[in-house]
Amino acid sequence: MKNRELPLNQLPVGKRARVTSLASEGATRRRILDLGIINGTEIEPLYKSPSGNPVAYLIRGTVIALRSDLSSKIMVSEDSAA
Amino acid sequence: MDMSSEAAVVDACSHCDLHIEKHLPGDKIVALAGNPNVGKSTVFNGLTGLKQHTGNWPGKTVVNAQGRYRYKDRNFIMVDIPGTYSLMANSTEEEIARDFICFGEPDVVVVVADATCLERNLNLVLQAMEITDKVVLCVNLMDEAKKKKIRIDFNALSSRLGIPVVGTSARSGVGLDALMDAVSRITGAGVHLSPLRIAYGEGIERAVSTLEPAVKNVLHRRINSRWATLRLLDGDESLLSSLNDYLGYDILEQGQIAERLSEARAVLKRSGISQNLFRDQVVTQIVRTCESLGREAVTVEDKQYQARDRRIDKFLTSKLTGIPVMILMLFGIFWITITGANVPSSLLADGLFALIDPLNRFFAWISAPAWLSGLLVDGVYKTLAWVVSVMLPPMAIFFPLFTLLEDLGYLPRVAFNLDNFFRKANAHGKQALTMCMGFGCNACGVIGCRIIDSPRERLIAILTNNFVPCNGRFPTLIAIITMFFAGTVGGAFSSVTSTLMLTGVIVLGVAATLFTSKLLSKTILKGVPSSFQLELPPYRRPQIGKVIVRSILDRTLLVLRRAVIVAAPAGLIIWLLANIQAGGVSLLARCAGFLDSFARLMGLDGYILMAFILGLPANEVVIPILIMSYMATGSLTDFESLSQLHTLFLSHGWTWLTAVCAMLFSLMHWPCGTTLLTIKKETQSVKWMLVSFAIPTAAGIVVCMIVANAVRLFGLV
Repeated sequence: MKNRELPLNQLPVGKRARVTSLASEGATRRRILDLGIINGTEIEPLYKSPSGNPVAYLIRGTVIALRSDLSSKIMVSEDSAA
Repeated sequence: MDMSSEAAVVDACSHCDLHIEKHLPGDKIVALAGNPNVGKSTVFNGLTGLKQHTGNWPGKTVVNAQGRYRYKDRNFIMVDIPGTYSLMANSTEEEIARDFICFGEPDVVVVVADATCLERNLNLVLQAMEITDKVVLCVNLMDEAKKKKIRIDFNALSSRLGIPVVGTSARSGVGLDALMDAVSRITGAGVHLSPLRIAYGEGIERAVSTLEPAVKNVLHRRINSRWATLRLLDGDESLLSSLNDYLGYDILEQGQIAERLSEARAVLKRSGISQNLFRDQVVTQIVRTCESLGREAVTVEDKQYQARDRRIDKFLTSKLTGIPVMILMLFGIFWITITGANVPSSLLADGLFALIDPLNRFFAWISAPAWLSGLLVDGVYKTLAWVVSVMLPPMAIFFPLFTLLEDLGYLPRVAFNLDNFFRKANAHGKQALTMCMGFGCNACGVIGCRIIDSPRERLIAILTNNFVPCNGRFPTLIAIITMFFAGTVGGAFSSVTSTLMLTGVIVLGVAATLFTSKLLSKTILKGVPSSFQLELPPYRRPQIGKVIVRSILDRTLLVLRRAVIVAAPAGLIIWLLANIQAGGVSLLARCAGFLDSFARLMGLDGYILMAFILGLPANEVVIPILIMSYMATGSLTDFESLSQLHTLFLSHGWTWLTAVCAMLFSLMHWPCGTTLLTIKKETQSVKWMLVSFAIPTAAGIVVCMIVANAVRLFGLV
């Protein structure tokens, strides 16, 4: 499937995707932006914590764990190249 | 300006309680900024020769530390500010960092960046460059980058950014000279840099040019007007209040600012840029610039450089192995601590207590009155000897081990593994990190809570930090376990039993923390968990030898200092209380008698409860107080080892239940005096300090009563 948009927390581990939009406002949005997550940023879920939430993501060469409340606000679409 | 050499104190930043003392008016202030966990503190230590503790996890430095160094006959005052990803602040520590760079008037800002993920770090560099021209980029961790086959073109970077760029490996001191040289050069007179200016696109730039002239008129060059204009347009409330504090007036009420601001907003509106979109565009433009700089200056030869970290992470955090490995690791550390502490502990005790006889003989020889030798030898010296021999060895073993894990980068993985529990308790995932700090000292743990940006969750973390046994309580727990539970099994298993019990106590402390956090979230601190992000840094090989030597020395000095400052005076007071008689009974016995019936409900006795109360200044002295109280009333005249102590306690009616309840109460009772004062300072509230006193105390009383009465009810003791 190409270019299907889904929230980041539903992206399976090991799949690379690009950010298409941010579905949040205010403080949460700022927080996401401060992580350098903007449209077009590539993100890959690396591994889940023992309980499945949070999940560790590879973002711009750094591993960052996000809880699903935040990652569900980041809309991505799978890399068509991958 | 007064050119005399008298020290001038510059109140650089009223928000961060920071006073910078310039020895000479020509001294230069260097702000050391950077993302969390890029080795900023290592650079700081390398330059100033100070020993700020460093660790491989984001948020280690939460307070501004300052130190000075000399280079080419000039003095530099370096201020280590908390790590931050951005100057558009979200948390208290980010605010501190931002306020110092913006309003602390540093002569130069050194931004330390991680060479292994330079692109992301450039975000902060670009933001700092908007505030001041005098920025030096220090690309640290070059040794790690080399291992990962990452190459960085410093010349390209420097010419694109328009600022000096220096590569360093601060751990081994490589490049620090070049860094000092660059700092020294750009603080020289008449040096002008013209750093890269980011253009934010037509709409925003037009709004800026509408507003900036008015801002410039008001600011009188105190702050970069373009930067201030952008922030005004952005409408960052927290920044605006800091800005007004700094200026001493409300900028919006000055000149034509308000008028021009609404004009500029109208310009933005016409270009279709809403408040949200404004921030988006600004950030996007900065990030795109970082990307393009990264493409130009960074070459990654080996794309698989993180493969090893990934494998380790999968093992340490997976569903199957994550939590078991974590508990095993805790168990391992405790086992080494308990087993390893035995021998040095008894050696120290033998050595220190062997001095008692000569000391007594000395006092007899100078014909000192009995009360004087009693006060100094039985009171002060014995308390000191106890604290040193029992507290020192476990701490000198536990802390190096813990520091190794910390330097390796394991602590953020602990937070990652446990986050689910904290989320369910409506608390913050980084609370796990502040709890780890609590092992060292609860007051430090409380200060560490600044890494938590939501005020509600920060308060929860502060109020519950005391459920982690600190430096002063940890050895007490070990001593009680060794006396009452290790001996019953005997042989090789005894240390395993002790370790299991200790692990159990710590797990209980964690459970109490989670339960209380949940309870607070449902009652006086209602709210849902806020979103948060946690960086899992690359693993770094700790400098094992250095860590061990350093932390053994640090801990030894700390314990000795505490012993002298707290234990010695406590010994003096207790001896007086135990030996001043009123109506044939000592004051201590009177107080203990008064507390006795209540204490017995909790499975303790009056003396134990009394010892905890008198231990308020410092938890280290609880057991020494108890020993002295018992000795003053009992038949035993001396104690030299834990087994003798065991006998002493048994003769005063201790059972295994007393031991369990004493441990529970040690884990759950009021924080020590220092921690209470720190809580008052951190929360700016006496109320929260009292709450932090009440919560663990109530928990301890309730738990002890339940345990004691249940055990008695079932006739187990």
